[in-house]
Amino acid sequence: MNGILLQLFQDTLVVVIAPLLLGWVNQCRAWLQNRSGAGVLQPYRNLIKLFHKDAVLAHNASPLFRFTPYILFASMWLAAALVPVVATDLPLSPAVDVIALVGIFALARVFISLAAMDIGTSFGTLGARREMLVGFLAEPALLMIFFTAAAISQSTSLVTIVETLAHKQFVIHPSLAFAAIAFVMVLLAENARIPVDNPSTHLELTMIHEAMILEYSARHLAMVEWASMLKLLAYTTIGFALFMPWGIAEAGNWSALPVALIALFLKLAVAGAGLALLETLSAKMRIFRVPEFMGTAFLLAVLGLLVHFLHGN
Amino acid sequence: MTNLISALPIDIALGVIVYWLILGLAGLLLQNTRAITQLIFPAGALGALILAAAALGSLGGDTNVAVLPLGLPDLPFHLRMDSLSSFFLLLLGAASIGISLYSAGYFRDMPGKTLGLLCFEYHVFLAAMALVFLADDAYMFMVAWETMALSSYFLVTTDHNIPETRQAGFLYLLIAHVGAIAILMCFGVMQAGHGDYTFATMRGAQLNAFWASVTFLLALFGFGAKAGILPLHAWLPEAHPAAPSPVSAMMSGIMLKTAIYGILRVSFDLLGMQLWWWGAIALTLGLVTALFGVLFAAVQTDMKRLLAYSSIENIGVILAGIGLAIIFHSFHKDALAALALTAALYHALNHAFMKGLLFLGTGSVLHATGERNLGKLGGLIHRMPKLALLVLVGTLALAGLPPLNGFVSEWLLLQAFLLSPGLPHSYLNMLIPIAAAALALAAALAGYVMVKFYGVIFLGQPREAKVVEQAHDIDAWERAGLIWLALGCILLGVFPVFFILHIDFVAQLLVGHTLGISAAQTGWMWLTPIQPERASYSPLVLFVIITIGVLFTLVVVKKFYHGRLRRGPAWDCGFPEQTARMQDTAEGFGQPIRQIFEPFLGATRTVPSPFDKNPHYHGESHDRLWNLLYLPIARVTEKLSAMAGKLQHGRIHVYLLYSFVTLLALLAFIR
Amino acid sequence: MENFAGQLINLFAALLLLIAFGMLSQRRILSLINLFALQGLVLSVSTLFVAYTSHQHHLYYSAGLTLLLKVIILPWILHRLIRKLNIKWDVETLFNIPTTMLVGIGLVVFAFNLAAPISLMAGTITKSSLGIAMACVLLSFLMMITRSKAIPQVIGFLAMENGLFFAATSATYGMPMVVELGIALDVLIGMFILGIFFFQIRETFDSLDLKHMEKLKED
Repeated sequence: MNGILLQLFQDTLVVVIAPLLLGWVNQCRAWLQNRSGAGVLQPYRNLIKLFHKDAVLAHNASPLFRFTPYILFASMWLAAALVPVVATDLPLSPAVDVIALVGIFALARVFISLAAMDIGTSFGTLGARREMLVGFLAEPALLMIFFTAAAISQSTSLVTIVETLAHKQFVIHPSLAFAAIAFVMVLLAENARIPVDNPSTHLELTMIHEAMILEYSARHLAMVEWASMLKLLAYTTIGFALFMPWGIAEAGNWSALPVALIALFLKLAVAGAGLALLETLSAKMRIFRVPEFMGTAFLLAVLGLLVHFLHGN
Repeated sequence: MTNLISALPIDIALGVIVYWLILGLAGLLLQNTRAITQLIFPAGALGALILAAAALGSLGGDTNVAVLPLGLPDLPFHLRMDSLSSFFLLLLGAASIGISLYSAGYFRDMPGKTLGLLCFEYHVFLAAMALVFLADDAYMFMVAWETMALSSYFLVTTDHNIPETRQAGFLYLLIAHVGAIAILMCFGVMQAGHGDYTFATMRGAQLNAFWASVTFLLALFGFGAKAGILPLHAWLPEAHPAAPSPVSAMMSGIMLKTAIYGILRVSFDLLGMQLWWWGAIALTLGLVTALFGVLFAAVQTDMKRLLAYSSIENIGVILAGIGLAIIFHSFHKDALAALALTAALYHALNHAFMKGLLFLGTGSVLHATGERNLGKLGGLIHRMPKLALLVLVGTLALAGLPPLNGFVSEWLLLQAFLLSPGLPHSYLNMLIPIAAAALALAAALAGYVMVKFYGVIFLGQPREAKVVEQAHDIDAWERAGLIWLALGCILLGVFPVFFILHIDFVAQLLVGHTLGISAAQTGWMWLTPIQPERASYSPLVLFVIITIGVLFTLVVVKKFYHGRLRRGPAWDCGFPEQTARMQDTAEGFGQPIRQIFEPFLGATRTVPSPFDKNPHYHGESHDRLWNLLYLPIARVTEKLSAMAGKLQHGRIHVYLLYSFVTLLALLAFIR
Repeated sequence: MENFAGQLINLFAALLLLIAFGMLSQRRILSLINLFALQGLVLSVSTLFVAYTSHQHHLYYSAGLTLLLKVIILPWILHRLIRKLNIKWDVETLFNIPTTMLVGIGLVVFAFNLAAPISLMAGTITKSSLGIAMACVLLSFLMMITRSKAIPQVIGFLAMENGLFFAATSATYGMPMVVELGIALDVLIGMFILGIFFFQIRETFDSLDLKHMEKLKED
């Protein structure tokens, strides 16, 4: 029963704080660039504005196009809800282990790419192609990162991974250093951040994510945007679960929950600021360099797994 | 009726085979399009249903044996139906139900004479595949195998007035026979001088490590030629597109699995031993095949060739699973071997459904538009919504996405990789993570390929309006077949434990261990191959949560916000001249892959100059292996035959001289 | 404590490998130099740890020497060099980077298998780091092969020496002090001579691209 309550709490929590994280990242970026910024609540305002607008659909939009934002939102919500964020006893988490989590991200990616191709504009297909280009290397890289953690904890369940890394005897795992670097690269690419994609521009030469969702408007766009905020949150919390799981409450330990919440917000604040710093420091890559960047991430992740096996024996 | 129920599964299977042969003959004699499509193909589907039911029932039951009083004197046909045979018969039956139903609709416009012949070949093909799975001696096996190869050759060359089709058919026949020779030699080695070619004798024969290895390699080569394993894949992308779509579906979905069956039968059952390096070879070969297949699929512009290359990929994945199982089995880690084997078998079953569905889907597209070239299609979701929905299921399944079936086998296989460390061999231990990475890469690329496949055919605007305009949606028979296969994809994806408990009988037979106990211990909803703490996956829960999530957000959005919606033109970025030609073509969508992997894909392109009045673009990706491997062999063969050709003069007395010299030589020899 | 220090040294070893891969995947000369300095720093800290756990006092001097030479002096010289020669940006690689890295992964597997029997004999606390050290040497060598410009090649050469040094500390607790000082001096002098060469090469060919060296061949 407690588990179910906790699951519901986390489901609500992630949906509510996802825009906050994006707002925080944007605010930090503004500060770093000597601007005053729009405030951390701006994404909420944007969402509300979008929900109030009239939706415009292209003449030849198919049902797939209209349905995709909901699938996208639901799968990203599911992903964010399944990562142990504050506590490890989540009744739904046995249903989806890390491999399935990668599968859910892939599901969302395939749907958004298909929806982007649906209208049949050159921008949509261009975005879909680039998204799949990033995805086909990001997906195995993410899988290998998970595998490194899974090989350490002998389990592909995120809950067990967190429990092993956070609550067992403290051991330094050199392989996680490789995985962490690869993970940051994958996070940047998968969430359409600089240096792979620029979330705040509509320049055709560079855009990936924005090109795909160009035809969406109003509530559909709001769902898509919210889904990508949830995705950023999911990725960030996955990063916490793998590389800094400290503070996440153990199963059944209710007294640790408030501490876990505070720890979560602190970690999110630090991670958001770090992300903004990274984005400010680096320059957008040419699109032809992206496969190289992703290939490097993938190979680093493979190397991490390899290093684990080499050390282990 | 009571007789039928109490009949042994093997008798039912034999009955179905005879029934199919009769149906084929009836079709040949009737030569009436209406009768064949409305009666014979649905009746064939019924036979398939009975076969599938019998096979399902006999999984885990007693092994049945039968001896047919046919064949040469003193050389009767031995038949045997154990769990392995039953599993593959189940695959054959279950997938061919959908394909036969679909054929009833698909061939409705074919002239009766051609159709009668096709119907005969089709049913002979089905019967021969069933016999391959049932054969219990090398003689029977080879007869069935060759019948299968020949009937499928004739099916491939249905459109024999097209030169490319004839060429494809020839190449197929050639490689099939090279493979058949290897299989024959493999059986020859296994009988170990007993002179008895029954499988029972082969099981009893004690081969030493060297001869066992020779047998395994011969089997891998021979069956690999049928399965399309690198480098014997050349026929596959030629033959599959050339055949009519239901036949492509059958070849890709089912016939390739006969080769998988053969490899399993020889390496796990007939040979009493296994060496770890066999597994390493199979694993490496499988992964190379998988990556090769998916890369070439990504750059294809013909939809059926794309699917054919994707079949090569999936066969590679299955072979990788088998290789892993052999590695584990040879190190006596039977629980892990069972996991890898289950993954391979499950993927074989999944592939029969997904690829069957997609090949049939392309058949409908071809039927409706007469176009196989992806570059001319597009926007079919508006013209053929039912087909688009059904094909979407297959697309998502083949892309390996949860909660559909392709993901389940991928999940199992990745679990097997992850649990593998601790093998007593250091290079092998390092091969495993790299192999897992290669598998993950192939799976992700499959997603790329499927987005391209579906997006270019069904989404966007029609690239050639006149091609797409006349398109009509599928008819009831076609729909029935497609729904059956799509349903299979969904059920196999959502209820994996049910099917795995059946596959367990095969694992028990081959490696002496099952997943069942651990898979079922947490209830039928949860798939837990080893222990729940180590790994668990529940597609049903996942499916339900996503559905609830979608419905919940839909309801909330509907309830709290207005549903005002306008239709307008797509945004043109201020450039009003947007045409359908500005979308990505198949070529364009595959361009990044072609660019990244350029060294592997021998690509040639002709690009028009900016001032060209009639701009024409042509791009092609060649199989480098063709130039590196096949052409030299062809050249050598040609040279040898030219030399032999010198013996031929056309003058009768020269021939008499040959005979005379031969006679003298023989006399001298036996003196 | 012993165990924990062992883990830390393993971590440093992994970091060295990571940096070696970073250098392999880096196109910019400036970042390459920074990575080289970082590698020196990691090396120096790990030597410090080895010194602390094994109570080998001469290793403290080694660590200090590494810090001075490889983190401060050499990067400083290299920075000056590229400013003088005005080459900060991208350098073309001969192969694309993922291919190079793929070869690199193969080298790591090879190095580990090569080192496995030796590290079994070694009685030190850091058994697996010998393989990493060897991998670092091979990777630096690979970097020298795949770069066409002179400066990355020199950095590759210096990084190779880092790997050797790490092998020495991890497998045998360091070389005798005299040898170490000798090597340090060699590296320094080598750097000076190469620096002078760079200017000469550029003056002769107007570029630091080593492709031009092919012209020196007699036809």
